[in-house]
Amino acid sequence: MSGARAAILAGIRRGLKRGALSGDARAELESRLAGPPVGPVPDRSRANHALPIDLFESMAAEVAATLERLPDSEAVPGAVARYLKANNLPAALRLAPADDLQALPWDSEPLLSVEAGPADPGDQVSVTGAFAGIAETGTLMLLSGPAGPTTLNFLPDNHIVVLRASDVVGPYEAAWERLRARNGRGSLPRTVNFITGPSRTADIEQTIQLGAHGPRRLHILLIDDRDESAS
Amino acid sequence: MRSTAHAFTENAKRAVEDPQLKRAMGHVRKGFIEKRAKARARLPEFEALRDAGREIKDHTLAHLDFYLEHYEKTLTAAGGRLHWCATAEEARAAILEICRQAGARTVTKGKSMIGEEIAINDHLEANGITPVETDLGEYIIQLRREPPSHIIAPAVHLTKDLVEADFRAHHKQLPEGRSLSEPAELVAEARQVLRQRYLEAEVGITGANFLVAETGSSVIVTNEGNGDLTQCLPKVHIVVASIEKLVPTLEDLNVLLRVLARSATGQEMSTYTTLSTGPRRPGDPDGPEAYHVVLLDNGRSAMIGSEFHEALRCIRCGACMNHCPVYHAIGGHAYGWVYPGPIGSVLNPGLIGIEEAHHLPNASTFCGRCESVCPMRIPLPRMMRHWREKEFERHLTPASVRTGLTLWAALARRPRLYQALTRIGSALLGRLGKRGRFESLPLAGGWTRFRDMPAPEGPTFQSLWAEQRGTPGGTSGGKR
Ligand code: SF4
Repeated sequence: MSGARAAILAGIRRGLKRGALSGDARAELESRLAGPPVGPVPDRSRANHALPIDLFESMAAEVAATLERLPDSEAVPGAVARYLKANNLPAALRLAPADDLQALPWDSEPLLSVEAGPADPGDQVSVTGAFAGIAETGTLMLLSGPAGPTTLNFLPDNHIVVLRASDVVGPYEAAWERLRARNGRGSLPRTVNFITGPSRTADIEQTIQLGAHGPRRLHILLIDDRDESAS
Repeated sequence: MRSTAHAFTENAKRAVEDPQLKRAMGHVRKGFIEKRAKARARLPEFEALRDAGREIKDHTLAHLDFYLEHYEKTLTAAGGRLHWCATAEEARAAILEICRQAGARTVTKGKSMIGEEIAINDHLEANGITPVETDLGEYIIQLRREPPSHIIAPAVHLTKDLVEADFRAHHKQLPEGRSLSEPAELVAEARQVLRQRYLEAEVGITGANFLVAETGSSVIVTNEGNGDLTQCLPKVHIVVASIEKLVPTLEDLNVLLRVLARSATGQEMSTYTTLSTGPRRPGDPDGPEAYHVVLLDNGRSAMIGSEFHEALRCIRCGACMNHCPVYHAIGGHAYGWVYPGPIGSVLNPGLIGIEEAHHLPNASTFCGRCESVCPMRIPLPRMMRHWREKEFERHLTPASVRTGLTLWAALARRPRLYQALTRIGSALLGRLGKRGRFESLPLAGGWTRFRDMPAPEGPTFQSLWAEQRGTPGGTSGGKR
């Protein structure tokens, strides 16, 4: 199919009435790739330090995610146990194999069965971290990797996400910036998931139904770690 | 998909006479328009984002060869494989070959209009592989063996009673007496039935809303999560995408994402936006072992530099059809090929030929709503006019219309004669019309068969205009 490659590129160049780019024209595009212009960023996402969390919370609520604020990460196992009980869910969960999540005091909830790893089709509840929360639209950003199996975000009916307040940013741009600081420019994990509320469909008569294929419930535990991380 | 675009007139006639379709289409008119208007009102930057989006797409198209080559580099570096396909046939062959190598018997599919364009389901089936659509709307129409009638809401032409009947007919394994009258029950049943299929499939095929040159990623935007299950569970992930899906960088993607969902469903952001870059990495506990991108041209490169160039900016949000009075009246199937509505009237003639699709650019009143809501500001009416010109040039226009147009053109070039005749004509018709209406009129049967023609009242526009400007019989240019 290299014939197709040549034909497609030639067709495009014919339409553009020029040959392959070289020299300055090429260098200009290379530099745009390295430092692209930033488009209009919604003002609402550019608020001051305290606000992204409030905006994040209200935007997440709009898309039917639920959220509980916790004073510190030690409180996570208890909050998870309470949530499962309140929603009549079995006291069993699949945990993302991330060091910080596994280090939580799960022993404090002896009735809770906690197993780490990718999702099993039978799992009803997953607990994962998040790389960032994006206040602009109440969106969670999750990355795949050894500590982040993608199946946990989609297969279980209930997805609980542990998010640090210090990881909540205003616009999408700020989230990409953080990722680039970690991975370098131009390189992404296998999967980047932006998740805005639980799964839904409007395919039947335009009425919105939650829980189409992905999780029916999305619950966010927001850890208020701002003081610890304040610079 | 086999085209019935040549039979548009009959298709449309059947559609307007279908009461069930009328009921279903009522939901489109209400839901989509209001929701988009609300989302737009809430984001003061919306119009600026539309401008920025248009610029990004124009820039990308003007350097598409460069960005495609760059995308190939970054995708390959991430361990993905790119398959360049000039035609639908090549794309089908590439996909079948990958499925065969994976020993696939079942293939799950996320929603993909390119999949429809290349009719991949029929091809897989003919070769002993079972394709399973997983988007709820796509699943329903697959059961019914119908094509989608909308680019983002494929089953929008159906009411829930019809869906219930289909589920009862196809899900024989489930108890007969179950309740299925509520949308929630239908959704739950589809979820349950499809769960098993995700786990069985050896290959998952998704489309792509965007391809990112900077990172070699494909991007899907969905609400159900079906696309994600389709691509993270099987051992092979195939993306089918066309060449104009490319954007240069993540910054450019941000801009387009901010207008896509708002224009489409009125959401601030769709539930799931997923970037996929290559296969599973060392240490990854899940994800596909192989990642292929089947990149389709199928006539698009020939549109570059033509009068239809700008249609390649389309991000397939569906706003143009959601706001189109013709689409509201006839639904998507009448258009007869993959893309319905205003964008279909522009794209289809380019992709399947003006001979086959020459009716479509005429399926418009030129009210201009499509262009006014299109996030990429594509001049859809102007392009339909270009197609009408081509239709005329190729003698595809019916003889009566040609004669009429020729006559009118001859008159229009002689303003004084034109005005004299219209004055006499309208005065005459004004006197002849019974109670101000005509029930039938020679040469206007196409109109009067369905509704009365109002008789002209009072002086013509031209004479009023002349009066107001104090230039009796003046030859105002009449330029639009
Ligand atoms: S033509 Fe414009 S409005 Fe229509 S689907 Fe494409 S981007 Fe959306």
